[in-house]
Amino acid sequence: MKVASWGGLTPLPHTVRALSRAELHRADKPLGRGIAFGMGRSYGDVCLNPGGVLWQTTGLDGFIAFDEQTGRLCCEAGVLLKDIQRLLMPRGWALAVTPGTQFVTVGGAIANDVHGKNHHVAGSFGDHVSAIRLLRTDGEVIDCGPEQATDWFRATVGGLGLTGLITLVELQLQPVRSVWLNVETCVYHNLNEFFALSAQAEKEFAYSVSWVDCLAGQQGRGVFIKANHSPPIAADSCPPLPSSGGALRNVPFTPPFSLINKLSLRCFNQLYFHANQRKKSQQIQHYTSFFYPLDNVQHWNRLYGRRGFYQYQCVIPPADGALALKQMLDVIARADEGSFLSVLKTFGSRTAPGMLSFPMPGVTLALDFPNRQQRTQRLFAQLDGIVSECGGRLYPAKDARMPRRLFAAGYPELSAFLAYRDPGIQSALARRLID
Amino acid sequence: MGSLLLDRLLVNIKGHDVSELSKIIVIGANSAIAVHCMRLWLAKAPAEIVLVGRNVERLQAVAADLRVRNPAVVLRVLSGDFTQTDSIADLAGQAWGTQPAAIVLLAQGVLPPQQDCQSDLAVCRAVLDVNAVSAALFAEAFAAKMEAAGAGTLAVLGSVAGDRGRQSNYIYGAAKGLMERYVQGLQHRFAGTAIKVVLLKPGPTDTPMTAAFKQQGMKLAPVADVAEQIVRAINQGVAVAYVPGKWRLIMMIIRHLPRIVFNRMRI
Ligand SMILES: Cc1cc2nc3c(=O)[nH]c(=O)nc-3n(C[C@H](O)[C@H](O)[C@H](O)COP(=O)(O)OP(=O)(O)OC[C@H]3O[C@@H](n4cnc5c(N)ncnc54)[C@H](O)[C@@H]3O)c2cc1C
Ligand SMILES: NC(=O)c1ccc[n+]([C@@H]2O[C@H](COP(=O)([O-])OP(=O)(O)OC[C@H]3O[C@@H](n4cnc5c(N)ncnc54)[C@H](OP(=O)(O)O)[C@@H]3O)[C@@H](O)[C@H]2O)c1
Repeated sequence: MKVASWGGLTPLPHTVRALSRAELHRADKPLGRGIAFGMGRSYGDVCLNPGGVLWQTTGLDGFIAFDEQTGRLCCEAGVLLKDIQRLLMPRGWALAVTPGTQFVTVGGAIANDVHGKNHHVAGSFGDHVSAIRLLRTDGEVIDCGPEQATDWFRATVGGLGLTGLITLVELQLQPVRSVWLNVETCVYHNLNEFFALSAQAEKEFAYSVSWVDCLAGQQGRGVFIKANHSPPIAADSCPPLPSSGGALRNVPFTPPFSLINKLSLRCFNQLYFHANQRKKSQQIQHYTSFFYPLDNVQHWNRLYGRRGFYQYQCVIPPADGALALKQMLDVIARADEGSFLSVLKTFGSRTAPGMLSFPMPGVTLALDFPNRQQRTQRLFAQLDGIVSECGGRLYPAKDARMPRRLFAAGYPELSAFLAYRDPGIQSALARRLID
Repeated sequence: MGSLLLDRLLVNIKGHDVSELSKIIVIGANSAIAVHCMRLWLAKAPAEIVLVGRNVERLQAVAADLRVRNPAVVLRVLSGDFTQTDSIADLAGQAWGTQPAAIVLLAQGVLPPQQDCQSDLAVCRAVLDVNAVSAALFAEAFAAKMEAAGAGTLAVLGSVAGDRGRQSNYIYGAAKGLMERYVQGLQHRFAGTAIKVVLLKPGPTDTPMTAAFKQQGMKLAPVADVAEQIVRAINQGVAVAYVPGKWRLIMMIIRHLPRIVFNRMRI
């Protein structure tokens, strides 16, 4: 069966094996060779293994226990973030960290040690994992966590699925008082304003993120969004609840070419920027609208056409942040390549829990580009140069093309990590960057 | 003395609680389709659910999941041998107890490769035993109880495979076909009463049962979607529901293909 990840680059043949609980208990070495595949929401090849086996984990979707007093949740690794939020948020508990889509498995969130808009206060997903059960392809079962078998834990959090199959997980949720957030939006006209807004927001808000208009050149104008969880609000003052399930908008098929091009982007960016200039700057939003705005359009990735698209996400250390960003925006504007989703956010200073975790202190920029082959690759090579010059790194969850040197340079603990690799696990990314 | 009183009190409290909840009995309760149906029921309201299957450990994992989803659920786990008549009668009796169930869902099933059914009569027999005989016996046991109670919905998981015998799965298909004829009779028997009998016919659905098809690249419906449609059909008490609905048309065509055409197809 041909499988592609979220970026929709060339779908390649895989054997997809759906895992079930019973099957994992049946044999001593139930896995064979392969790599775990959750929801395939990674953009690149971290979850792919062309010519080999994918262990689809979404059938391992059972909750095991939840303590309403402490917010400790024990579940199988294929449980979706969506189900945790939907079920437990109304009961006063939410994920402490969530990425920008809720169609992600707990196992996938751990293996990429994903981050959210609250990195500056909460760190990354792995910071809230209190235990992991790992099943190795030789049949060994390893329980690890921040207090036991910590080396295995540090290897597995952000371990790109390469240390074994995560079967069970224990998470610490955060208490929340409602399903709503108080959201404030404003525009910024250049990167200095962005950094000032970020510094301020980090003190007063749990969440902050921004959208930057890449077509506007190196000045970097954009929209800044910050939020806190809201106390309960009276039923009559609630905004309308977002429709759930069936009424989602959908992109039903993949057009032959990308609908996202310079022209459509320029229009969108103008509209979005100016709409926000006028928009009421304070509002109450449901958690799904705030955390997961893109989830409202199912299969939005198809808009990029049959060739798919790349995401380029880097983090730049604080010292060089402003300068490097200016250079990158300049390169992008000059390459005449607009990115639809350009997200700019500062990370906090917390050391990430995994050996190969992506977050580190600094500023992260995420850009989407339609796949225009050579052209796009040339642009990436230029961006790589800026990232490596200032000691930054790229995010493997989003990557399908970074050169080996950049990976090795960005992840100095790589050689320590290798001791924990499961020799029965392969992935396209591992072949490309590690083996 | 004291403890006796306490026991009685507890029984009373429990009895009281439970009687306010609607009761659902699920046979083959570790089935992925059944699990998703139960999750949907519990997302709406707490219920008393009796989980019946062959393996306590697996059933307890299901119970744990349901308890997290709705802490107000009241759960009971029963296990037994689905190939023994006595065991089936016993399980049905214990599951029903003195409290009538609003819904009984029969979800047990096995689907080994057709080739294994042809080369090994024991496998062939197991397919007939589980998919047809055990299902009909459970249904018959609950039919009697529903008749006495004067109400209830009996939902049976058949399959599109029961619509026409095909070389690729006719043993399984024959068992599912038996259930269709059986349900038809039961619907006739209960016509004009408050008892509803619902036959559900899923198409290929993404569950452990079809893991081998998935490896071969077959397109399967997401189990959560199938469960949603099953729950709706049970609520409405429809006689026969294809899930997803498109299978009604597809199977109508397949059923009506002239034999001379049909026999040339390798489906
Ligand atoms: C719209 C959108 C927004 C996003 N926003 C963010 C964001 O804000 N922040 C962020 O950090 N990321 C973000 N992402 C990326 C996404 O959160 C990650 O790629 C995530 O890891 C995907 O999880 P998945 O379940 O789809 O896993 P997959 O993509 O299927 O797999 C990812 C990795 O996890 C491994 N894996 C999966 N399950 C297991 C398991 N049980 N045991 C061991 N390894 C396992 C796989 O082998 C693979 O290496 C976004 C993605 C999208 C599409
Ligand atoms: N999946 C499909 O494509 C599909 C299509 C049409 C119809 N159906 C029908 O839908 C129902 C549910 O299937 P599913 O897809 O949810 O499959 P599933 O997850 O494999 O569930 C099948 C269930 O049957 C139980 N079972 C099997 N043999 C048994 C035995 N000898 N004694 C007791 N229990 C036994 C299994 O118990 P254990 O957990 O203990 O193994 C399991 O819980 C079945 O009747 C199936 O025929 C399925």
